[in-house]
Amino acid sequence: MGFARQVFVIAAKDLRAEIRTKEAINASAAFALVILLLFSFAFDLDPDTNREIASGLLWLVFAFAGTLLLNRSFVRELPNDCLDALVAAPIPSSALFLGKSLANYVLLLAIEFLSLIVFGIFYNVRWTSQFAQLMLVLALGTWALTIMGTIFSALTVNIRLREVMLPILIYPFLVPALMSAIQLTLDLMAGKPIGPEKVAWLQMLLGFDVIYTAVTVFLVENVLVG
Amino acid sequence: MRNKIIYVLGTIAALIVARNVYVISGLPGEEAQGAIFKIIFFHVPLAITALTCGTVACAASILYLVKKELKYDAVAVAVTEVGLAFLAGNLITGSIWARIIWGVWWAWDVRLTSALVCWILYASYLMIRHAVEEPTQRANLAAVVSIFAFIDVPIVYLSIRLFRTQHPGPVFFSSTGSFPHDWSMIMMWNLFAMFMLGSVLIMIRLRQEETQRELDSLRRLAHAF
Repeated sequence: MGFARQVFVIAAKDLRAEIRTKEAINASAAFALVILLLFSFAFDLDPDTNREIASGLLWLVFAFAGTLLLNRSFVRELPNDCLDALVAAPIPSSALFLGKSLANYVLLLAIEFLSLIVFGIFYNVRWTSQFAQLMLVLALGTWALTIMGTIFSALTVNIRLREVMLPILIYPFLVPALMSAIQLTLDLMAGKPIGPEKVAWLQMLLGFDVIYTAVTVFLVENVLVG
Repeated sequence: MRNKIIYVLGTIAALIVARNVYVISGLPGEEAQGAIFKIIFFHVPLAITALTCGTVACAASILYLVKKELKYDAVAVAVTEVGLAFLAGNLITGSIWARIIWGVWWAWDVRLTSALVCWILYASYLMIRHAVEEPTQRANLAAVVSIFAFIDVPIVYLSIRLFRTQHPGPVFFSSTGSFPHDWSMIMMWNLFAMFMLGSVLIMIRLRQEETQRELDSLRRLAHAF
């Protein structure tokens, strides 16, 4: 079985398990809705403010809801010692890790789409005017969230207080990625395409994705096997 | 023998710091900023020492992952803890300086924010160590986090630099700098003192780690019977 096929099998297994139980995705979606509701009380809402705060608000919702989802990724394997079986399976740790990341990526993107639709309705912001570029930023930013969330989910799976540890650990690491994503989304929400002055942010986001994907794939063996 | 080395180095470090404080207090105030400018003699060496500690921690973590010997893990944790203390010193001196010159305790400028994120990153390294009981697993996970943190620091710095900044640029070794030569010498002396102080603290911390490891193995031995 080739590497790509191994990754795909793990991702398919995770997605199947999640679609059958819906435990992580329900919690995450509900949490995203609740935060969107709470933010409406935190700010004085008028159309101009909405557009200004939209990108920061959205990415915070994605980051918060994301940790709920990502936390479950490895915890799900603890009952019946499934994690030991997975680690002992004749596939490299990197395939296991990338498979899980891929499944989380799909789930997180689904949550984000749902949040975007709800956000557009509740806050009366048109986010579809720069659809293609917004999708690019969403794809890159979500991958950054996913890759860091999945590696730290693997890191914290066997330790005390893991539910608390994951957010504490990943948010500081995600500062550059979240900042880039927020900066890029800011213009897109106002209906403007990514201008030449924002290209540096796009490079930053892309660089973050590439560097951390490479490093995590390289180091994941130490995390899972030890 | 090792204790004696620690005592001797500690005494030398304390003497150099005392001498530096005496020399710095005798300097005239800076033209524009007055006496508060002298905080730079501690502010900058603290930052450089902290950065060096981060680099050594990353190297020790990589060595641990390659060789799987716990002594490298002990080095990594000792260096990180001391580096964190120095970085805290850097943040506090910077904050005092900012209050006098900018009128605020804190500004979200590139270096301040980077230093703060850096501090939080390495603090999370220590948090994860506390959460894991088993020494080998703890060393493995901590080493990975340390490497991640080290990679993140320059990325954080670059990303925050894309915002505008109000922190003054470096004044040493740069063509635009106007730092007098004898002041640079005092700065170097204080940097040396901070390095000495850091080394002594790291040595003390390393000895603690070794004792801890011995205790652990004795405890395991006792349980075995």
